[in-house]
Amino acid sequence: MAMPKREPTKLVPVPSTNIIPERDVDKSPILECRHLGIDFGGLTAVNDFNMAIGRTEIAGLIGPNGAGKTTVFNLLTKVYQPTRGTILLDGVDTHSMSTVQVNKAGIARTFQNIRLFSNLSVEDNVKLGLHNHISYGLWQGLFRLPGYWQGEKVAHERAMELLSIFDMENLASTKAGSLPYGAQRRLEIVRALATNPSLLLLDEPAAGMNPSETAELMENIVKIRDTFQIAVLLIEHDMSLVMSICEGICVLNFGQIIAKGTPDEIQADPVVIEAYLGKQKEG
Amino acid sequence: MNKLKSMSPATRTNFLTYAAVILTFAILQPLSAAGKISPTLQGQLVPVCAYVVMALSLNLTVGVLGELSLGHAGFMSVGAFSGAVCASALQNVIPASGLRLGVSMVVGALLAGIVGTIISVPVLRLNGDYLAIVTLAFGQIIKSIVENLYVGVDAKGLHFSFLQPTMRLGEGGRMILNGPMGIPNISKISTFLAGFILIMVTLAVIFNLVNSRSGRAIMALRDNRIAAESVGINVIKYKMMAFVISAALAGAAGALFSLGQNTIVASKFDFNMSILILVYVVLGGQGKMWGSILAASFLTILPETAAMRDLKDYRMLAYAIVLILVMLATNSPALKGFFARFFRRKEDKTEKGGAQ
Repeated sequence: MAMPKREPTKLVPVPSTNIIPERDVDKSPILECRHLGIDFGGLTAVNDFNMAIGRTEIAGLIGPNGAGKTTVFNLLTKVYQPTRGTILLDGVDTHSMSTVQVNKAGIARTFQNIRLFSNLSVEDNVKLGLHNHISYGLWQGLFRLPGYWQGEKVAHERAMELLSIFDMENLASTKAGSLPYGAQRRLEIVRALATNPSLLLLDEPAAGMNPSETAELMENIVKIRDTFQIAVLLIEHDMSLVMSICEGICVLNFGQIIAKGTPDEIQADPVVIEAYLGKQKEG
Repeated sequence: MNKLKSMSPATRTNFLTYAAVILTFAILQPLSAAGKISPTLQGQLVPVCAYVVMALSLNLTVGVLGELSLGHAGFMSVGAFSGAVCASALQNVIPASGLRLGVSMVVGALLAGIVGTIISVPVLRLNGDYLAIVTLAFGQIIKSIVENLYVGVDAKGLHFSFLQPTMRLGEGGRMILNGPMGIPNISKISTFLAGFILIMVTLAVIFNLVNSRSGRAIMALRDNRIAAESVGINVIKYKMMAFVISAALAGAAGALFSLGQNTIVASKFDFNMSILILVYVVLGGQGKMWGSILAASFLTILPETAAMRDLKDYRMLAYAIVLILVMLATNSPALKGFFARFFRRKEDKTEKGGAQ
């Protein structure tokens, strides 16, 4: 399997003891979580979650099943309201924001169990991502005023441009629900990108993909970061993917961060090895 | 014909729907003017148009927004009574019956739209079954309100009274709406032409909406609400938009309907009526506008034909049986497979056509 070569990254601390890549340090982190936590009834799902992501960083969030990774995504996108702590998106507290407002402020995501608009065409799915960037309103649409044609033309061109990242232009008129699994995952990424985010959250983007599709996906994630100059945070169980493209990795177990660092540091960390493989028997 | 082939399947269906409606009107209108069609059918032309618009507008809520509404007759009722009151009050102001009908339909649509907006505030915070039950309750509330509303008109303008039939009207004043007795002696100003225009307007509104930014957002809510929120679509706003447009169209249909009748009473627009319209939508296929048109037309005309006249008492029974049979048929894997094969072959052909 061809792996894209990862540039060696040096992680440096920002004021709150979180670490981000050195090249992003002259700008403030795009996302910073401070002591983030949520309780469901008596269960503490995530606790004292501290993390910072640099503006152009590809960061990974890993951990065993049930560690709370997707819960962190749901907290960041305000599907759940945090019980404790602060989320700073580009320095702005997202405390009072809803899911929709957080998206407008710059966080886009994909879902672990794919959530496409499956009865709509591929192009319409991307145009829905562009929803808040098309400016015409209800009346212009109902009466087909010039604003409608102009807006739809721009949306169509932009949608095609975005679909071309994954070479999916020829699928534009296909119903999203009838796409193969891998293509559905790619379409979800395109739709998220269409909302013009500054931070892209990918929840297991390679799940269900074969090795060659995974390799292609990795190249594309790096390409997306380079083209759009955005930060990417991904949850993934495929360690080869995580270790080859992520610059900073955060390991979560039972809702707590147990390790943070570069891929090399994480791979060598005895605490991480213990969380994944269990404790080595003494003697 | 080549142009027709080059359209996307959805655009082609829309285009053919318009064409079929225009063609039907072009055939029926001269026949009706020449008195060549039977009096029963002649009398059904306007109600059929009203029911078609009702089915189309409910299909916007059920098929496009994906929420079940059981109180659609309530909006028709609002439109019917406000339209009839408006037409009656304007009798001397606007002598031209066509213009008066148009104004009445707009007033009916506006009032139904306003009622729809008020109702949508609590309703749209709910989902699924709960939403359906609340719309059912609202349908009943509207019916009760209209049954207890008295409206009179005199030189000073309209007078309203609730629960009390006594009303002091000036010289030359008359009652228009008499509570549970409804509105008697309506001057029948609805025409088949007006019905046809309303159907075309409704189709244009729905098709243009569905193919626009707002319509896409509404369908996104139907397909996956959580994903829609994640790409920044305001759920309440677009749910409300679909619901209010649907209510306003139903209001216009109500005005068209009432102005084609001699008398209307509030009890006509009850739960049975809501279910009847839902049957049209489900039979015709959710989200399929041509299906709604066909189902509404056939199921309105069929019971009126000579053969079915004698069985009129069993109409609801027949509906129930037809509904059960359609549900069974559309959910049977064997039949589904058969139709899927048929449609796939058809799609292959169109794809080849597109490539040439």
